[in-house]
Amino acid sequence: MSDGKTIILNRIREALRENPAPRPHASHTSSDQEETPRDHTPREWLPKVGERLDEQIDLFARQSEGLKTEFHRCGTMEDARAILSVLVAEGAWKKIATHTTPDTSALLEKNRAEILKTDTGYQIDDLESCDAGITGCECLVAQTGAILVSAPSAGGRALSVLPPHHIIIARTSQMVPDLTAALELAKERYGNKFPSFLSFITGPSRTGDIERILVLGAHGPKRLTVLLLED
Amino acid sequence: MRISLFVPCFVDQIYPQVAWSVVRVLEELGHQVDFPEGQSCCGQPPFNTGYWDEARTAARVALAAFRDSEVVVGPSGSCVAMMKVFYPQLFKGDSQELEARELAAKTHEFSSFLVNTLGVTDLGAKFEGKVTFHDGCHGLRELGVKKEPRALLANVRGLELLEMAEAESCCGFGGTFAVKFPTISTAMDEVKCASILETGADVVVSNDSSCLMQIRGMLDKQKSTIRSLHLAEVLASR
Amino acid sequence: MTTFASEFKKMAGRYTADLTHRAFIKKALSGYYQKRDDSKASFQSWQGARDLAAETKYEAVNHLDRYLVEFAEKIEARGAKIFWAPSAREARDYILGVARENGVRSIIKSKTMTSEEIHLNDALEKEGYGVFESDLGEYIVQLRKEPPYHLVFPAMHLTRGQISDLFQKELGSAPTDSPEELTMIARRVMRRKYCEADMGISGANFAVAETGMISITENEGNARLTTSLPRIHVAILGIEKVLPRLEDLALFLPMLATAGAGQQMTCYNTMYGGPRQPGEIDGPEQMHVVLLDNRRTELLADAEQRDTLGCIRCGACLNVCPIFKNVGGYSYGTTYQGPIGSVITPHLRGLQDWKHLSAASSLCGACTEACPVKIDLHHHLLQNRRNAAAAKPVMIEKISFLGFAWLMSHPSIYHLAAKLGRVFQPLHPIVNGTFLDPLIAWTRSRAFPNLAPTSFHEQWKKSRK
Ligand code: SF4
Repeated sequence: MSDGKTIILNRIREALRENPAPRPHASHTSSDQEETPRDHTPREWLPKVGERLDEQIDLFARQSEGLKTEFHRCGTMEDARAILSVLVAEGAWKKIATHTTPDTSALLEKNRAEILKTDTGYQIDDLESCDAGITGCECLVAQTGAILVSAPSAGGRALSVLPPHHIIIARTSQMVPDLTAALELAKERYGNKFPSFLSFITGPSRTGDIERILVLGAHGPKRLTVLLLED
Repeated sequence: MRISLFVPCFVDQIYPQVAWSVVRVLEELGHQVDFPEGQSCCGQPPFNTGYWDEARTAARVALAAFRDSEVVVGPSGSCVAMMKVFYPQLFKGDSQELEARELAAKTHEFSSFLVNTLGVTDLGAKFEGKVTFHDGCHGLRELGVKKEPRALLANVRGLELLEMAEAESCCGFGGTFAVKFPTISTAMDEVKCASILETGADVVVSNDSSCLMQIRGMLDKQKSTIRSLHLAEVLASR
Repeated sequence: MTTFASEFKKMAGRYTADLTHRAFIKKALSGYYQKRDDSKASFQSWQGARDLAAETKYEAVNHLDRYLVEFAEKIEARGAKIFWAPSAREARDYILGVARENGVRSIIKSKTMTSEEIHLNDALEKEGYGVFESDLGEYIVQLRKEPPYHLVFPAMHLTRGQISDLFQKELGSAPTDSPEELTMIARRVMRRKYCEADMGISGANFAVAETGMISITENEGNARLTTSLPRIHVAILGIEKVLPRLEDLALFLPMLATAGAGQQMTCYNTMYGGPRQPGEIDGPEQMHVVLLDNRRTELLADAEQRDTLGCIRCGACLNVCPIFKNVGGYSYGTTYQGPIGSVITPHLRGLQDWKHLSAASSLCGACTEACPVKIDLHHHLLQNRRNAAAAKPVMIEKISFLGFAWLMSHPSIYHLAAKLGRVFQPLHPIVNGTFLDPLIAWTRSRAFPNLAPTSFHEQWKKSRK
């Protein structure tokens, strides 16, 4: 096994030795070329995000709309419970999967559907038969309307993707402006002990593989609901 | 300004009126135009096909022909790109590399020369008709010429510009490609011509005669009455 | 002509003649253009982002050894096994070995072009493993026993009617013309497969050196299921996929989504750093990462074209390519279609066998303009032509161009020849469009212009001297 490693690394070093590549093509002028300065951070080029929290929440809401994420600002946990109970009734949900956090527990307090907790593991078929999965998250990204989840913050890898409806409960303090900030936050939080799974979720699962026509719920959740609570 | 005219070989042989239009436009602006007679072909056909030695042989003729010129102006984005962008690559490490770089620096595509070097957009031209404009790919993407021809057309009296959806799509000419892969080249031509038709224009204008040759070829085959003109011809009309 | 070249010409002829197909592809892409432009417009500067992406890839590729080792050490420290595969065969053998040793029965896959490159499915099936493609488009072409048509949109050439027929035949489903229902049929079938599979095979879009993670971009959720439920996860990726820093993803994820699908972000962008870690409740017990060379180091050694290793396989260059749009994905006969395929296939599979793909371009440059990492695609096609002619000139071309160059460097003889051409021109209508026509390759489908009665040269001489 180390053999392949030596072979490949030797080939790479041989290929790179005294053999400088031209810098990214200075010769090419694109027809819609603007100024092209270097040594910048992605933040300067990516979609702009306001600095204030309310601007960020508004942007997240707008992005959610385009993505078909069902985004709700909830004044109180009671509001969030009300939204959940409507969903449960509409979908005639029998079984809901979740993991234990203060917020998921509070949200499910008065709920009457059966609960599957993934905290100590689960049977795949059991989880597959649930009508919805409720999870927390690491943070919300205003810039793109994405939600960063991880194994610890979302009850493992499958809870947020296997059930047909994914509900995320989050707090306004979890809003970050952009992707860069989200990745920085993950680094700060975990240092060298990253979870094995981190995912930016940006809207419900979708496909355009048939005639490039958008269909929601290809393999993952058909619906994605975000309940945002004040701190 | 003393301006040397660069007339690509197929313009010389097939479309001399295009070269004359360039002369007329430049002279009317009060410039002195000369035509270095030693010039022949810029060497693009062998260059694009991969035969760079042969391309260099042809290109050396151009280097010699334009050695004493102050500025060189040509009515084809493609052939100008050959000199401006590809000569320095072609002559890399060659004894004439410096000369190739000098020629590249002083050579300009016609519309870009008018707008960016001379700073003129209104030539007092008059042309009645609905016109659609085809961007030659080399002019567009090698030289970045896009706004210039439109700025010039905007000042032509009586001319209405109707942009086609496929303005930036290649016409399918591509030099030897057009005869090496005639079916693909023709399919591209069909896409282009359909887009031209869609606009309802009665004239298709371009800053590159080689594209117009390809487009004309299809329009004629389809017995279309749409005319094709080089930008210089439109700018020289009164 | 090599058999690959004549096959290409044959297929290209067939597809360009199929006007329905061309119109279908055009329509399928029209929505993409609009969405892509909208997404680009949301950037503060798309060009600035392209420059930065190109710089980042330049840095990564030109220090590939360093970043690969960093990536490998970091992810190994968290329990993943790295396999360095110099060639396709070694990669296949390793994956087969993993399957065998672990008594694997059923394998689920998410979209990976790298596995297409090494023909992994054939190898696994030959050994008796059931292999299921979970990406909807991939699943459809797998059922049709076809390769992917497009490296991002594998089934874009098929109508819903064709897919419905296919599902009726292969899955016994009821006919429908609703893309939604067709998607749900596949969803139901695939659900069972995820739950049963004991091995999941994925690709990766990026490998992050700094944190030892792979990153997978997708929309459907199939990759997430493929990498969550089975007890073994095998990821196969080319050695060029490495990025230096975690923050680089903040740039590359939205750029890939924009260029690839016209989205600001795809639905799922997931980073995997190893198998299930202590304290985690699910995820595979084993994670294997196969790092594939398979002649990528030959591209690396070509400094002029090294930037091609920055390719993020977004497919943007295909989507704007007039050749691709007219000949379709199957004419190429390659794993990677379109401009990027035409550039790299000669390096990966032999210059003389695949040089025709570099010749089959008008060099319009639309690909280069579209590429989010600024790969100089159309100029690389030119370089391939040059390299091919230098290594093995085609005699008839060589002789013609020698003659051409000689003629052009003797202007007086050239002008004489042009005059002669005028003498013979009146004869052209007699042979026009027939096999005797020296211009037949042009005139079969297009009219050829007449030479002017006298050349500009002659006219100028007369009038100005
Ligand atoms: S070459 Fe550029 S445009 Fe083409 S697939 Fe690769 S990254 Fe995308």
